This record gives sequence, C-alpha cells and structure tokens, in this order.
Amino acid sequence: MTGVPMAYGLILGGILFALGLAGLLMRRNLLFILVSIEIMLNGAGVAFVAAGSRWGQPDGQIMFLFILAMAASEVSVGLALILRLNRQHKTLDADAASEMRG
Amino acid sequence: MLDLLWLVPAIPFASALALAVLRFPRKIVAWIAVCSIAASTVVSLLVTASFLSAPPTANAYTQVLWTWLNVGGFRPEIALYLDPLSLIMMVVVAFVSFLIHLYSTEFMIDDDGYSRFFAYMNLFVASMLTLLLADNLLLLYLGWEGVGLCSYLLIGFWYRDPVNGLAGRKAFIVTRVGDTAMVIGLFLLFHDLGTLNIQQLMLRAPQQWHIGSGAAIAAAFLLLGGAVGKSAQLPLQTWLPDAMAGPTPVSALIHAATMVTAGVYLIARTHVLYSLAPSAQFAVAVVGAATLLIAGFSALTQWDLKRVLAYSTISQIGYMFLALGVGAWPAAIFHFMSHAFFKALLFLAGGVVIKALDDEHNIFRMGGLRKRLPVAFWTFLIAGCSLAGLPLITAGAFSKDWIIWGALSAAHGSPGLWIVALVGVLLTSLYTFRMIFLVFFGEAHTQVTRKPGNAMLIPCIVLAFLSIAGGYLKTPFARFLETTLPWDGGTGVVPASEIGSEVIAFLVLLLGLYLAYLFFLRKKAYATTLVSSAVGSGVHRFWFSDWGMDWLYDRVLVRPLVWFARVDKGDFIDGFYTGVGRVNEIAWRGLSRTETGRLRWYAAGIAAGSIIFIAVVLFL
Amino acid sequence: MTPFLEVAFYVAGVIAVLSTALAISRLVAVHALLYLIVSLLAVAVAFYTMGAPLVAALEVIIYAGAIVVLFIFVVMMLNLGAEARKTEREWLTAKTWIGPVILSAILLAEVIYLIIRAGPHGAIGDVVTPKEVGLALYGPYLIGVELASMLLLGALVGACHLGRPAPRKAERSI
Repeated sequence: MTGVPMAYGLILGGILFALGLAGLLMRRNLLFILVSIEIMLNGAGVAFVAAGSRWGQPDGQIMFLFILAMAASEVSVGLALILRLNRQHKTLDADAASEMRG
Repeated sequence: MLDLLWLVPAIPFASALALAVLRFPRKIVAWIAVCSIAASTVVSLLVTASFLSAPPTANAYTQVLWTWLNVGGFRPEIALYLDPLSLIMMVVVAFVSFLIHLYSTEFMIDDDGYSRFFAYMNLFVASMLTLLLADNLLLLYLGWEGVGLCSYLLIGFWYRDPVNGLAGRKAFIVTRVGDTAMVIGLFLLFHDLGTLNIQQLMLRAPQQWHIGSGAAIAAAFLLLGGAVGKSAQLPLQTWLPDAMAGPTPVSALIHAATMVTAGVYLIARTHVLYSLAPSAQFAVAVVGAATLLIAGFSALTQWDLKRVLAYSTISQIGYMFLALGVGAWPAAIFHFMSHAFFKALLFLAGGVVIKALDDEHNIFRMGGLRKRLPVAFWTFLIAGCSLAGLPLITAGAFSKDWIIWGALSAAHGSPGLWIVALVGVLLTSLYTFRMIFLVFFGEAHTQVTRKPGNAMLIPCIVLAFLSIAGGYLKTPFARFLETTLPWDGGTGVVPASEIGSEVIAFLVLLLGLYLAYLFFLRKKAYATTLVSSAVGSGVHRFWFSDWGMDWLYDRVLVRPLVWFARVDKGDFIDGFYTGVGRVNEIAWRGLSRTETGRLRWYAAGIAAGSIIFIAVVLFL
Repeated sequence: MTPFLEVAFYVAGVIAVLSTALAISRLVAVHALLYLIVSLLAVAVAFYTMGAPLVAALEVIIYAGAIVVLFIFVVMMLNLGAEARKTEREWLTAKTWIGPVILSAILLAEVIYLIIRAGPHGAIGDVVTPKEVGLALYGPYLIGVELASMLLLGALVGACHLGRPAPRKAERSI
C-alpha cells in the first residue's frame, strides 16, 4: 500500500535541522543558541524515526531515545554554564567570551 | 741512492709543519728553516750524482709512494718522477732556495713574523718541489695550488697594511683564472685519454689524436691558460708587479726564480701535446714574444727598483715561452736556469741596497752607491750584465743567444720572431743599465744607514759566480736533456749562421748600453725633455701603467662584477628561499585571523566545511 | 497508512516547520520557547502518524515537558527585561541573518538532493509498538541504555556543580 514516502520524512528532518543551524548562526544570545541546538537535535531524531518506520524496526525509535537522553543532559549542563557565564560577564552575549583568539 | 728522492720535498714539508705548529726562538727557527732546505739540496745532489753515474732505464726513475685515489678507473698516485728535466729543475730550485733562505735569516731579522715567514717559505719550497717531481698532472696541480697559496700568503705577509692584502688577493685571483683553465684542460685530458700520468699521456696522445685535432688544440690551449696565469704572461701578467709588495726574499724566490717558471715547466713537460697542436704552439710563441716586448717597454718607465725587476722577470719568461713556442725546448730550460741565478741575484742585491737605504725603493732617490756598497755593486753589475746578455762571460748570454738563434732557426721559428727577440735585447739592455747607472753611479741622494752582514752577502757572491759560470754548461746541458727534450740544432733555411746572430745580438746590447749611458748618466736632460713632451709623457704613462691593462681589467671585469654584487645585495636567489618563509608567514597571518574566539564563527566554519565535503562527495 | 494519517503527517510537518522558523526569529526568549513547544508537539503528531507512538509520547513528555520547561526556568531566573528585547533587535540585523540563512539553505539543498538522488525508498508504514521497542532496548541495545544512564549521571553531577551559588571569595572558576 502506498503511504508517505520515507524521503519526505527525511526531508522534514532536514528542514528542521537547517532551521536550527540558521538559528544557531544567527543569534547572539546564548539562550537562543541553545534553543537552536535543541531544534537541530530534534530534526535529526525525526530523520531517524522516519527511517526506522520505513523498515518497521524499533532501531529508529531507540536511536531517538538516546538522542533524547543526550539532549536532556546537554541542556542541563549548558544552562548551568550559561548561568555561570552570566554571573561572570553580566551578559548573555556569545561574543563576550572570545578571549581565545589568535 | 735514488730512492732518497722522496726526502727532497718531504723535508721542507716537515719543517714547515714544525715551524707552523711549534714555537721556537728566533735562532732555532733560522737553523731549522735553512737546514731543511740545505738537507733537501744535499739529497738532491746525491740523487743527481747517482743518476749521472748510473742512469736508470730509459733515463727516467719513478718512485711510487702510495696511491692517492682509486675511483672508477681513475688512479692517481703520489709518485715522483725523475728524468733529466725534473732533475735539473729540482737542483736549481733547491739550491737557489737554500741561498735565499740563508739571505732571509738576516733580511727578516727585525720582523715580528719571523717564524711565520719561514714556515711559509718552507711550505713553498716543498710545494714547488712536489710540482717539479710530480708523476701525474693531479699531483702537479697540487703543487701548483700549493705554490699559489704560499705566494698569496707571502705577498700579503705584512698584512697590517691593506695594500699588501690587496696585492696578494690580486695575485691569487688572476692566477686563479689560469688555474681554472688548467683544470678544465686536465678534465679534457682525462676524459679523452683516460689517465693523468704524464708519461702515459705523452704516449697515448699521439696515438689517439692526429696533428691538429680539436681535442689536442683545446687541451693545449687550456694548459697554456694555466701556464700564462702562473708565469705572468699576457694577458694575465698584471699581478706580478703588484706582488712586489711582499718582502724582497719572497720576490726573489717566488716571483723570479721558481714559481713563475712553473708554467714553463708545464709546457716543457707536456711538449708532446704542443707538438700535436701547432696552432697552440704558435700561440705560445706569440704570447712569449708579445709579453717580452710589452714588459720591456714597461720596465723602462718604472721608478721602483723592484718593479723594474718584476717587469724584467715577465719579459725574460716571455723569452722562455718564445723558446718553447718555436720548439727550442732545452733552450727554454737553460734560460730558466741562468735566469734563476741572475734574477735572484738582482733581487737579493737590490734587497741589500733597499735595506741599506732604510727601505728606499725609488731608484731616482738612490745613486752613487758604487763605493759605499761594493759587494752589492759588483754582484748587481754581474747579474745585470748576465740579464742583458754580455757574451762569453755571462750565463745569460749563452741562454739568451740560444733562444734568439732558435727563434730564427728552429722548426717553428721565423725571422719576425727573431727581430722581436732582438728588440727585446735592446730594451733589456736599456732598462738594466738605466737601473745600474741610476742606483750605483751619479750623486748619492740618500745616505747608507746600515751595512749588510755576511748572511746577505754570501748568497749574492755565490749567485754571481753561478751567473758567470753557468753558461759553460750549455753543451753538456743540451746533451743531458736530449732524451726528454730533443733539440735538432736548428733546421730551417737561414741566411746567417749562429755566430752571426750572436754578434748582432751583442751589437744591439751595446746600443742599449750606450743609450742608457747617454740618457741616464751623461745628458740627463735628454731623458727629461723626452718624457715631458706631450707625446712622450703620454707614452710614458701608458708604458708605466703596464700598457693600460690594469685599467682595462678594472673597466671590463671588476666594475661590472662589483655593480652586479651591489645590485644583487638582496640576493635574488636567496630571495626564493626567504620567499618561502615569507609565504608561510602570510599564510599564518591569514589563518590566525580565522581564530576569532567567537562561537558562532566556529559553528559557521563547521557548517561551511560540511557543505564543501558533501559537495565534493556529490559532484566528484 | 490511511489517507487520514497521510494528511495528518503533511499538516503536522508544515506546522512544525513554520513554528520552528518563528521560534528562531523571536526577540523575546519566552516567545521563542512557546513556539518551540508548538513545534515539538507538531513533531510528536508526525511521529504518531509514522507509527511510532512511543516516541511521540516521549517527545511530548521529555522534550516539550522537561527540556523546554528547564529553559523556561532559566529564562525566568535570568529576569531579562525590556532592554534585553532592545539588545536582541540590535543584534538581529539583516546583515547578521543573511549569511547563516544562505549557508543553511545551501546545506539543505545538498541534503535534499542527496535524499532524492538515492532513488525511491519505501514508504513510512506500520506501527512499531512500544513493546517491540522495549524488547529491543533491553535486548541488543542494553549497553546503550547503561551508557545513557551514566551520561545522565554525569550531566546531573556537572549541572549540580556548575549551578552552585557564587563563592564569597574573589577567586572564581568557571
């Protein structure tokens, strides 16, 4: 039977990923950068699930679970870092912490 | 006895090393230096006695010491070759060196570099003997370079004055030009004939090259180039007058008696090659003839005693080259021998005069020394007569007349060359007697401050005796050399006989003597008016500056080189290598600008990189 | 897959894309987060239509329900006021977003080209029940589970340490 081709699922994931990338590069506020990272991870997960669904295997979903776990841990640590940065530099500007230049 | 041959160059080498490395008090230095040369002379005389009493097979003796190299079929050895030619030259060089060393012990007594001087002199003698006794051209070249080195060291002996260093450098560089030609000649010889052993070369060359073949001509001309440089002939003669900046014994030994005759020796040794290349041999004669004229004219105008003698040396070696060029090989060697005696004597006696007048070199400021320095006067007079060629009583006459006769009658002689040789006699007589009259006659312009000691006078006396007696050895000499340097007594159709040529030469000499007497003793005014006239002063200046050759070389060679060196100060070849460094630096600067420290910049870099990678994978 | 589910997939996809685009371009952090929630919910619907109910649920619970809530906590803690909005406006000029947009567009184009070029794949279809996922998870992927738990432990410890209040002394370490 016909259904949604897997390509469209992958493309959806791709679009979400690209949007997240654009947001990452565009925004200067660290919070928005983190949000964009989450969007990118989500997009990747969509692609995995679509692929797994095409073959009718749970592997895609399992991969998405791992991505989820990783996203959660990364967000918590990342936000903690943002708080420390804010305490030190009194700003959320990503360009403020650019002393490692050469 | 013959196997003592290796001691002849080895003893001076050893003493040079000892003097260079160790420190001795002055007296010991003098003893070591003189005794080493004396020992060398004694050994050479023993070897001669042995050679004459029991001549070895083929009249030649080879002593192989060890093999120098052995690479790809090229196997030069450290080997000494003794035949009549090298025997004569060895004995003359050793003996004259001994006398000059003896002389220098007193001449250089006040100098700081006493030990250094004798170390260099001994090294020089050792190198010269190596050159003469060498079995193959490579060892000869070793000696060649050794004498060139010692010449440089000794010309610039008083190094604190930059003029001396300049003179030394000039000598070295100009002879270097000749040496390079010679090395190329050696390469050519080895390439075509497969060996550098001289006897082998002389055997193989006629087999492989016919008369007039290109390779023979090339090799002969290249060796001529080397000889011309070392013997200060045209066009490389500019260094010898300036080399007079060195101490007088150095001028006597190196630049009169020995080193400058190395070129003559080379051509005589390889005469088979020149027989195969008639154009090269003719070139030798032309070079000799031209040089003897040019140097003769220049000698007429010099005011420095040593420079007159220097130009005289150039001129006399021109005679030797002339002899070689016309095929009168033994005549050249005989003239070498008598020239060694009288020219060394001229320098030594001249040195006595210079030292006595407290380092005065200008002959116009000397005069009237006949009574104050009698030994110097008589020995100088004898040597001067020998130089001019006073017949029957001087050795110089025998040798020079032989050459003049050979210029007319030898296989390649011609009347033109004979005329040139006679003009040379006129000039020689003129400048020699000019020198004698100005220095020893007339009124004294400078007073004698110190009288010479025995160490300086005895060598002069010995050499004076040899300058007279040496000539009587002419017939046994020619017979002795017959095996190596054949002389046919002159063939060619000639109108005059040998005696006739000698008489004409004598008359020319008397003409020169009279003119010198006229201009420089009697009527000095004639000379001054001649020189101060417009034409006269121009010609005088031209001859004084060695026919403008220094000026020419400066304009043509030295200035462009200096200009180029200045232009290339940044060294454009090195620029390539520094350019590599600079490109790296630019790249570094560019790349370090990408390290902004900003997060989004790096993220953008990752994104861009992944785009490029995917593109590469997709489309390539 | 019933036509209804197909339509639902496309609609959910469009909503997800739109709300994501809005999320990255807001000036106020909370607005962006709200749009993010919408996007995540839409994606959850898409998951459901793809026959992955487990991850659909997990998307809502963990992603939208825990991670985004964490974001909101922090935003509230930071207390960004009106001048933050002004700063954001200054930072988000046309000169700023034109480059990233082009870069992402090129990347997207390449990826789509890659996907399409590989030829027709199959169709998204049957449901994969949570039971199958569970069996796979505690079967072959057991080690992954353990590693994930260690990762979470590390993140917990790290976040705890980093989130400590500032020490009284002048010396600080980030």
